[in-house]
Amino acid sequence: MPIKQQSDIKIWKRRSGKRQLGIWFGQFIGVAIFVYCWQLVSENTIWMFVADAPRQAVDMMERMVPPKWSYMSNLWRPIWDTITIATLGTLMAVVFAFPIAFLAARNTTPSSVFVRPVALFIIVASRSINSLLWALMLVTILGPGVFAGVLAIGFRSIGFCAKLLYEAIEEIDEAQVEAVTATGASGAQILNYGIVPQILPAFAGISVFRWDINIRESAILGLVGAGGIGLQLSSSIDTVTWTQVSVILLVILVTVVASEWVSAKVRHAII
Amino acid sequence: MSASRSWKRPPIIERPLLRWGLTTGGVLFLVLSIGTMEVNWERVAAGVPRAERFIASFFPPDFTSKSTDIWAGIIESLWMTVVSTVIGILLSIPVGLGATRNLSPRYVYLISRGILAVSRTFPEIIVALFAVKLFGFGPFAGIIALSIGSIGFYGKLLAEDIEDMDPVQAEAVKATGASWFQWLNYSVQPQVMPRMIGLAMYRFDINFRESAVLGIVGAGGIGATLITSFDRYEFSSSAAILLIIIGIVMVVEYSSGFIRKWVQ
Repeated sequence: MPIKQQSDIKIWKRRSGKRQLGIWFGQFIGVAIFVYCWQLVSENTIWMFVADAPRQAVDMMERMVPPKWSYMSNLWRPIWDTITIATLGTLMAVVFAFPIAFLAARNTTPSSVFVRPVALFIIVASRSINSLLWALMLVTILGPGVFAGVLAIGFRSIGFCAKLLYEAIEEIDEAQVEAVTATGASGAQILNYGIVPQILPAFAGISVFRWDINIRESAILGLVGAGGIGLQLSSSIDTVTWTQVSVILLVILVTVVASEWVSAKVRHAII
Repeated sequence: MSASRSWKRPPIIERPLLRWGLTTGGVLFLVLSIGTMEVNWERVAAGVPRAERFIASFFPPDFTSKSTDIWAGIIESLWMTVVSTVIGILLSIPVGLGATRNLSPRYVYLISRGILAVSRTFPEIIVALFAVKLFGFGPFAGIIALSIGSIGFYGKLLAEDIEDMDPVQAEAVKATGASWFQWLNYSVQPQVMPRMIGLAMYRFDINFRESAVLGIVGAGGIGATLITSFDRYEFSSSAAILLIIIGIVMVVEYSSGFIRKWVQ
């Protein structure tokens, strides 16, 4: 414990002088970087628009009420599509993530020199590319529609599910695996009876968690033409029909809250 | 007695009614959703050569012909990420403190939780859509969207972490007669700091990834460059940009691991 001696009184200090200096230096660098970046922001912003924004915001809000409830009848299909995209996408991701996770986990990978890096690269690549970017690519290739959305959500979620799953596989209890091995089980049987039962709760939890996220993501895929309610949102904003926009936002809000509730319930039941 | 006694593993859901109910429900939903999904297979088939061209353009990606645009876009994305992460976290600290049951009065708690819930519900891109309407095209709208997203994310996790902290330490510091700020600084902050620094890095990572798509709605960043290259079917430039994004995300992820270890 660093203590500073001042004539006769001992004063407690949280850190030693050197360490405190180091922290100050780090903070100074951080502030300098932020100030520099803020300067760049300032150069690229038309402050007149920003100053005008509060008035614009109030104006926009006023135009949003009352919501045009009759527009709901056009929304049931997009809502269904959104849920379809999220669910089928999650399903696809889970099916692919399962084997990839086994290839990526340190204790189950067939080869840590050749197979594991490939699996890890698939995971990182899938995770780094936002589902909107996946959708953008797939719409260019497959044409607009729900199908592209499902694939986009699927590709994006493979990495997420596989990452969490392989971490779960690496944390399993080896004693159980050993016990199953001792009965003379084959490789596949060890997997089936020794490892899978241990990760099944985590697996279910991860899938539901991702499904919840995917509901949110599939609500915006329409912006690039991959189906779902985002299509209605962007066209309503483009045609400045704010009363429709408010209905859509409320629908998204309700869907997201409902999916979050379902996911929390299911995860609670599992764990 | 019987020679054919065999063990069966227990089902995951024990109540048979619930089990079969969920299974039928799941299958029914699958049939319905696949049935209503209209796939235009002719269009998909027509896309195959384009897909081949797209995949082929990764070998090799074209880093050079659009290098100034790509470079400018990456740099823009990076400073957008820095500014929005810092602003988002700074704003999320008071909100997060307010959203803790053990620190703040009931009405502050409810208001703060409300702010967090709203800012977490809407994806960044929808917020960006509105920000572009309000602030005009450009990175500022993107920064607003990312900051709002960061508040919801960081504030919620901060609040949860503070609620989970060890109350004994907090009480000990309070017993020395510390003022409220001293109390925060010496008992609460050291307990949550290591995890929070890790989460700040994680949010930085998320913000960078998000900044890559904000360009779709005109909110600046590398996304704009990417969209342009897509629209012009310059797939080898798109491939280069995608690879750069993956590379930066990997670097941030690894360095965040190191920083977290160093902090703890």
